[in-house]
Amino acid sequence: MILETRGIGKSFGSVLALREVSMGVEAGQVTCVLGDNGAGKSTLIKILAGVHRHDSGALLVDGAEVRLSGPRDALERGIATVHQDLAMIPLMSVWRNFFLGAEPRRGLAFDVRTARRVAREELRAMGIDIRDVDQPVGTLSGGERQSVAIARAVHFGARVLILDEPTSALGVKQAGVVLRYIARARDRGLGVVFITHNPHHAYPVGDRFLLLKRGTSLGEYAKADISRERLTALMAGEAELRALAHELERE
Amino acid sequence: MTDERLARAGVLRRLLIRPELGAVVGAIVVFAFFAAQSPVFRSLDGVANWLDPASTLGIMAVAIALLMIGGEFDLSAGVLTGTTGLILVTLATEYGFNVWPAMLVSLVVALAVGLLNGLIVTRTRLPSFIVTLGTFLMLQGVNLGVTKALTGTVQVGGLRQAGGYASAQAVLGGTVEVAGTPFRVAILWWLLVTAAATWVLMRSRPGNWIFAVGGDERAARAAGVPAARTKIALFMTTAFAAWLVGSMLALRYTSVQANIGIGQEFIYIIAAVIGGCLLTGGYGSAVGAAIGAVIFGMADKGIVFLGWDADWFKFFLGAMLLLATLANRLVRRYAEEVRH
Ligand SMILES: Nc1ncnc2c1ncn2[C@@H]1O[C@H](COP(=O)(O)OP(=O)(O)O)[C@@H](O)[C@H]1O
Ligand SMILES: [Mg+2]
Repeated sequence: MILETRGIGKSFGSVLALREVSMGVEAGQVTCVLGDNGAGKSTLIKILAGVHRHDSGALLVDGAEVRLSGPRDALERGIATVHQDLAMIPLMSVWRNFFLGAEPRRGLAFDVRTARRVAREELRAMGIDIRDVDQPVGTLSGGERQSVAIARAVHFGARVLILDEPTSALGVKQAGVVLRYIARARDRGLGVVFITHNPHHAYPVGDRFLLLKRGTSLGEYAKADISRERLTALMAGEAELRALAHELERE
Repeated sequence: MTDERLARAGVLRRLLIRPELGAVVGAIVVFAFFAAQSPVFRSLDGVANWLDPASTLGIMAVAIALLMIGGEFDLSAGVLTGTTGLILVTLATEYGFNVWPAMLVSLVVALAVGLLNGLIVTRTRLPSFIVTLGTFLMLQGVNLGVTKALTGTVQVGGLRQAGGYASAQAVLGGTVEVAGTPFRVAILWWLLVTAAATWVLMRSRPGNWIFAVGGDERAARAAGVPAARTKIALFMTTAFAAWLVGSMLALRYTSVQANIGIGQEFIYIIAAVIGGCLLTGGYGSAVGAAIGAVIFGMADKGIVFLGWDADWFKFFLGAMLLLATLANRLVRRYAEEVRH
């Protein structure tokens, strides 16, 4: 287990965003975190990424308990994160974003030549077709942006790649492209944490599934222990679905 | 066929997204306007004349541009040029300091003010507009209060008699002859500062961090950028520039008014905006700000050369600012236009 949480919890003032959540990430596997809006998915992965500090429970990296001092600490331990709301800087070029926070140096200078070249090569190696690495990231489509962020994490030797809802704002075709990059990162031996509220995106690539609801865990399942139908039903909330069906029937 | 058009659109786009483009066009237009009507304006003497105000303003505008690209403002920068000058002259004339150590003391004070601005802004997350408005008012009070208490007047003078004056004056306040015309040495400093700032922005790691913290501070932080340190360094850079300019002006005029620099802070911001800086941060250039300062210098002196009333300068300022802001917005929209 590269990364693991045991009964982890976090509150913001009086809001209990996360309570007693346990999960694990293995190398070369995809752990999917599923839950409705506000379930605490982003809060959980922000703890894994070093953005938030947990209030209770334990966070383990390579089996040893740690407290991450910040995003940099997480990065140094090989945990790379593509956040939902803070992925990249729109006004900066693709290559500047690609190396942000880890700029290659040549003497005192930022080696921009190498940065441009490597960014172009890495994107091509992942099969990502970006016309021009000088264009601002803001001009990329959502799928392209996610792909660049994934290529970036792979390039920097991440062992764990955390993706917060990379497919939720995308159309069917673009979501498929991103799912393919997730599979490619997994095949390269990375442990992937894939957050989504769409079981149809999660099931094809996932190896284990953590279900969150209002900050608590509904359990973590291996793929062998749960069918797509059961996952979908759990996600939607069976009781609520039944009530909804009942309500709609009467009309 | 389509590929070729795409390539051409790419070149156009890349040219258009240069932040300093608007300032370059503006500078050419303003130069042509004054040069066509005033032979003095386009003579070497004239150039030396309008580059003088451009240079001291330019040093400040470049520093403010870096700060604005980093997403912050500094309203205390103008008054700080006064504070540093006052410290220099007071120590040298009232306390018998040599000019050089007096400048060292004023540098330490300036950097402390910058550090304080930076610490307050990064720790409290308050808008720098408010924080530095506070420092602005405090420094303004200190400048007047201390000067009055020490001298009984609102100015300090007599720097010429101080030890080390001649050498310091030659380095910071003097002139250099080019083709028989004396140019202010400040112009050299301004070019140096602009070149250094451009290098930092475009070719150094902190440059990448400056764009990032101004573009989206939280995203930058999540990427591992030391956001607070970057911003504090920017505030201290601005303070350093204020010290440089304050010392230059004190050495040139040998006396300093206690109310000097008030109102200048907006001129710096305007020059930076004309140079392509977005008020929202994350975008801009040092060269642009330097050119913005040239436009100022040209208008400032050009209006005098044409024998117009100096009041028109303010009108001109406002018009340039509006035009530049509109142009920046168009450029930014074009640069950010989403393509699929
Ligand atoms: N920084 C924060 N401050 C206060 N409340 C927060 C903060 N971040 C998240 N929350 C709250 O925690 C809960 C879980 O949010 P989040 O983890 O973003 O959910 P999800 O990503 O699953 O949609 C929500 O009720 C949200 O309002
Ligand atoms: Mg979320």
